[in-house]
Amino acid sequence: MSELLVVEDLQKYFPVTRGLIFQKEVAQVKAVDGVNFTLNAGETLGVVGESGCGKSTMARCIARLLEPTGGKIIFDGRDITHLDRNGMRPVRRDMMMVFQDPYASLNARMRVGAIVAEPLEVHGIGTDTDRKRRVQELLEIVGLNPEHYNRFPHEFSGGQRQRIGIARALAINPKLIICDEPVSALDVSVQAQILNLLKDLQQDFQLTYVFIAHDLNVVRHVSDRVMVMYLGKPVETGGKVDLYAAPKHPYTGALLSAAPIADPTLGRARKQIVLTGDVPSPLNPPAACRFHPRCPRFVDGKCNVDEPLLTPVAGAQDHEYACHFPLEHWPMGEDEFRRRASLAETTG
Amino acid sequence: MALLEVTDLTTRFRTDDGIVKAVTGVSFTLDRGQTLGVVGESGSGKSVTFLTLMGLVDRRHAQVSGSVLFDGQEILGASGSRLQKIRGRRIGMIFQDPMTSLNPVKRIGWQLEEAVMLHNDVTRAEARRRSVEALEEVEIPRADSRIDAYPHQFSGGMRQRVMIAMALINKPEVIIADEPTTALDVTTQAQILRLMEKLQNDRGTAIVMITHDLGVVAELSNEVLVMYGGRVVEQAGVDDLFAKPEMPYTWGLLGSLPRPEIVADRLEQIPGQPPSLLHPPQGCAFNPRCPYVFDRCRTELPELRPSPLGADHQFRCHLGDEDRTRIWAAKKASLAATTEGSAA
Repeated sequence: MSELLVVEDLQKYFPVTRGLIFQKEVAQVKAVDGVNFTLNAGETLGVVGESGCGKSTMARCIARLLEPTGGKIIFDGRDITHLDRNGMRPVRRDMMMVFQDPYASLNARMRVGAIVAEPLEVHGIGTDTDRKRRVQELLEIVGLNPEHYNRFPHEFSGGQRQRIGIARALAINPKLIICDEPVSALDVSVQAQILNLLKDLQQDFQLTYVFIAHDLNVVRHVSDRVMVMYLGKPVETGGKVDLYAAPKHPYTGALLSAAPIADPTLGRARKQIVLTGDVPSPLNPPAACRFHPRCPRFVDGKCNVDEPLLTPVAGAQDHEYACHFPLEHWPMGEDEFRRRASLAETTG
Repeated sequence: MALLEVTDLTTRFRTDDGIVKAVTGVSFTLDRGQTLGVVGESGSGKSVTFLTLMGLVDRRHAQVSGSVLFDGQEILGASGSRLQKIRGRRIGMIFQDPMTSLNPVKRIGWQLEEAVMLHNDVTRAEARRRSVEALEEVEIPRADSRIDAYPHQFSGGMRQRVMIAMALINKPEVIIADEPTTALDVTTQAQILRLMEKLQNDRGTAIVMITHDLGVVAELSNEVLVMYGGRVVEQAGVDDLFAKPEMPYTWGLLGSLPRPEIVADRLEQIPGQPPSLLHPPQGCAFNPRCPYVFDRCRTELPELRPSPLGADHQFRCHLGDEDRTRIWAAKKASLAATTEGSAA
């Protein structure tokens, strides 16, 4: 398999400025701070984390909607990190995005036909008749009625609108589609339809996805590999099977156990890590391990002093985590919860 | 006596295109300290049911019938001033989107104090004291200083906590929560659900949890109503419902949920769209999407009937007892098979 997308040490810092005329940089928000991954053609990388952990910023950097501060993005063998507008133009034919909010990402004053045809027009593909035929074909592919060509977005439900967004992303046969929380705003039943559609399209058109979500269970159904992010950094990455069978980072464990279980008996029996508070501000992130103030396995004197680096899991391929005290058992045992008071206690 | 007793509640909206049958013949009871989960897709009538019983639908365009007894008194069609004494005081409401339900140009504290002073004869200082207390109760850190913040200074989860604090501030007997966690991250959702559970245990408040997610229902409810096309299609205790759901729509909802223990490549999906309530299908409203449909479903509306396992478990379906048992057994087996796959 060939590597389609390689991201090396990607960084995106937003400056915080003071002053009206002479703007002085007073601080930096490190939204993305050192992300590495390689994505093979035809694969899906799931990216998971809470709001504010930098996953959308990362996606926007890859699509070059934002200028990365540092690092490298190699797409299809070309370094696109600092290409200018003209240089990006041919690259954009191979890279499309699907956005979270199907209500906000479609122009309310354009007809569906024009919305889906827009990428074709921008890249000057085909004549008007060709485009119309292509749009109708696309609507059919995503499960909409091709006769709805002349309707406006408000005439469709949320799920149907997300299908329109997907049709638009498919229009120019891209190689990579970046899906930024495509199902978070949808009903559970519609969510299943869209997830299945994305899977079918991947098989039919050999697509590669970067799939962003805040729910690990959603990502599981579409991903080959999963990356869990916290405050701009990956805390655990791994193949789907390894990561779900034996998560190592407590944050991964918290995300997995936070999702509601549709079975009252199982739900009452399971152990849950309920994180308190919100993701801290990336303006002033906690020292060392950024997760330590919320971590149930925090050890004073270690986690807040020494930053854990990504370490491979013994015996597993391609499964890495950044934690000094990884989870030992999954499903969790009683002792995994205890907030460990100090380093002395654990070593002694 | 039940705290809330709803009988045959029906809401119709007159529109330019015709009459929208938003809610048809919904009946249920809610006791003190209980949690009722109401599940259905967008457009199933679940929100309108509760807006109607709170008197929040526009009477110029809506026809409402049936009966709503709250603490033994009829409140359906009650005067605005009488309802105002109940709403916010004895029945609290939490809405889905905390950004649009909070006033963006007023401080959090002002909005909470308003809720207190509307229903109690107290000074602003006393109202403020109660507001700080309410914020502390929903676990907002440094409540005494955060009370002067504006809504945009709070994260989504914190705003939803403020909404809960506002609903709770007058110690209501019932809280109606309309998709309180839908806009939130899973971790924040878990926090909010735990918080609601705790408040219920402390105070014995009855909760109505409106959601499209059966997982949320399983976590929090005692009783469950499944709604489809404006009608209740299944009604049962939470354990009964998840042990043996009787209606194909409920099977579909369960199958479409991504579950941690299932690794199947495809999710089971309910094909198609929810029905138009302007022109609902003949017979069973679910028949155009039902994989087990037969002739009778297309002509005759199935009545709500008790399950063979118990009279408390009611559902609408024409399928015979044996067929339903067989189909559910097969579904359950396929779920169990994938579960073992994940363990291996």
